[in-house]
Amino acid sequence: MIQVPTIAEMMAAGEEPEILFWVGCAGSYDERAQRVTQAFAKILTHCHIKFAVLGTEENCTGDPAKRAGNEFLFQMQAMMNIEVLNGYHIKKIVTACPHCFNTIKNEYPNLGGHYEVIHHTQLIQELIDAGKLKAENGEPFKGKKITYHDPCYLGRANGVYEAPRKVLEVLDADLVEMKRCKQNGLCCGAGGAQMFKEPEKGKKDVNIERMNDVLESKASVVAVGCPFCMTMMKDGVKHFEKEQEIEVLDIAEITARNNNLI
Amino acid sequence: MLAQIIFILALMVAIAAFTISIKKIIRNINLGKPIDRTDHQPERWKNMLKVALGQSKMTARPVAGIMHILVYVGFIIINIEVLEIVIDGIFGTHRVFSFLGSFYNFLIASFEILALLVLLGVFVFLARRLVLQLKRFSGVEMTAWPKSDAIYILVIEVLLMSAFLTMNAADYKLQQAGASHYALAGSFPVSQFILPLLPTDMDTLILIERFCWWFHILGILAFLNYLPFSKHFHIILAFPNTWYAKLTPKGEFNNMETVSHEVKAMLNPSYTPPALDANNKFGAKDVQDLNWVQLMNAYTCTECGRCTSSCPANITGKLLSPRKIMMDTRDRMEEIGRNIDKHGKDYHDGKSLLDDYISREEIWACTTCNACVEACPVNIDPLSIILDLRRYAVMEESNVTGSLNAMFSNIENNGAPWKYSPADRFNWANKED
Repeated sequence: MIQVPTIAEMMAAGEEPEILFWVGCAGSYDERAQRVTQAFAKILTHCHIKFAVLGTEENCTGDPAKRAGNEFLFQMQAMMNIEVLNGYHIKKIVTACPHCFNTIKNEYPNLGGHYEVIHHTQLIQELIDAGKLKAENGEPFKGKKITYHDPCYLGRANGVYEAPRKVLEVLDADLVEMKRCKQNGLCCGAGGAQMFKEPEKGKKDVNIERMNDVLESKASVVAVGCPFCMTMMKDGVKHFEKEQEIEVLDIAEITARNNNLI
Repeated sequence: MLAQIIFILALMVAIAAFTISIKKIIRNINLGKPIDRTDHQPERWKNMLKVALGQSKMTARPVAGIMHILVYVGFIIINIEVLEIVIDGIFGTHRVFSFLGSFYNFLIASFEILALLVLLGVFVFLARRLVLQLKRFSGVEMTAWPKSDAIYILVIEVLLMSAFLTMNAADYKLQQAGASHYALAGSFPVSQFILPLLPTDMDTLILIERFCWWFHILGILAFLNYLPFSKHFHIILAFPNTWYAKLTPKGEFNNMETVSHEVKAMLNPSYTPPALDANNKFGAKDVQDLNWVQLMNAYTCTECGRCTSSCPANITGKLLSPRKIMMDTRDRMEEIGRNIDKHGKDYHDGKSLLDDYISREEIWACTTCNACVEACPVNIDPLSIILDLRRYAVMEESNVTGSLNAMFSNIENNGAPWKYSPADRFNWANKED
């Protein structure tokens, strides 16, 4: 159990958070993603960051609705969320979901929501740089082959390629790139609301294609930075029956493990 | 004198015909809705210089990129020679720039070397299409015309460059033989090797030189008029296209203003939204519902297929091909253009971009990953068209699969795309790990 303050409690106590942790729907409900949320909350607590979450006041950003063409629903969600966020005078937001990150950072300002938004891998990198997180140790990942899968909405969509890689560089591990990485990274197949529908007819699923890159890299850990990539890569590993050899972990989990937080 | 008159007439006809074609293309592009893309001008100029003039995205694929740069630089610089040819043609002069002396020799020598490099590039391109048959150059949308269009362009370039070099060789031989009218001028590092292949007879040499001169310049004028009908039009539109390209992060999709008004009115009953245009559609069914930049994108596309070859949907065998989205948009625009020419501007043929050209299966295969946008060497945005077609399907027709509808109603009712209770949203904090 971790103590996670809600913004309502914090405000009632007359305090203000440094940063709001936007958990997102996947981070709140998906069992695998919940573990990432917990790991990240532990990192924030460990580093004495004064953070808060919206708790039950949080609502879907509207990202999947927008990408699926439902602009009405997206803007309904956006305007309701902006009302809540502005009501609490939120200035800075961190989230472990690149879709929430992209939507709040890029698509909310024009609807009245102006916040400084960062991805959790960026915050973790800052904390390492500031010496608040142990960089060395490295025991849990010593000598392991790790590859990082770029989430489309963090990488190509917003040009964040370095922060997650820098976080991995501090481990005493063997970092390898897949043949399609950074700008040329291959999608996991979940974006654009594909997560919520059956794929169209084709020869194979996108995550299987991506898994071939992973297998080729010979990595034993696939580092991800997105709950949807997590699901797709996890399913890919299962498809090839590689659960014993390949672990799919979020950057927050890797960092938490390296700092003995989980 | 007769030659000068013929030349001036040919030049005028070529320019007039080109102007007519361009006007039609501008009219077709203006079928699109207005969009303001005149902000951040310094950044736009920088983008154009870097991406179009500087070819910065081409070398992401080194072989094609470097060969393309050779052909491109050759094309641009050899145009200085075309200027001389035009002046000579109008005034009946011969090598009018030769007064530049040694600088002229330098110019002609560099044109020759560039012409050789262009030939090299073009032969590599031909080999990639005809011998190696790279996968990128095939696909459902690569029907007979797009395939032959590519070959025509390359063959024309071979012919033009060969005529240019042969002309120089004949000229050089005539200069050496001391023919009147052929004063010593120029330096011919490449065409000197053609010399032994040419006859020694003066009259035949003059005939060859004149024939190549006319073939070269008339060929260029004909090629100019081929451009508007060809994918090769990118050599012009790459410049405005990169200037007007989206500057905001790739992940940012525009917020529709018409929708904002409606949503504000829903959330706040005292808000009165401005009346909607009678023709307003939410999203795009046909090319008129897209904006003019999206339509210009379609005319800029040179069908290289870098988008399609990096598209995860296409790679895994789905029907979607971003290149086809652009080619369909252009074909539909051209069809509407022909309808306007024939039947006037209010004619409707009952067809539309969605369904008659682009199928539902294609638009729903997209993961919005932006790989196509990233891959395009001239900053075309196929994703924005896919999104606008989806918007039409969802907001005007409510025509989506059941699972997406379920996702919509979950968001609407539970505030999450899955069917979980909003009251459980914070339960993760109480779980043991």
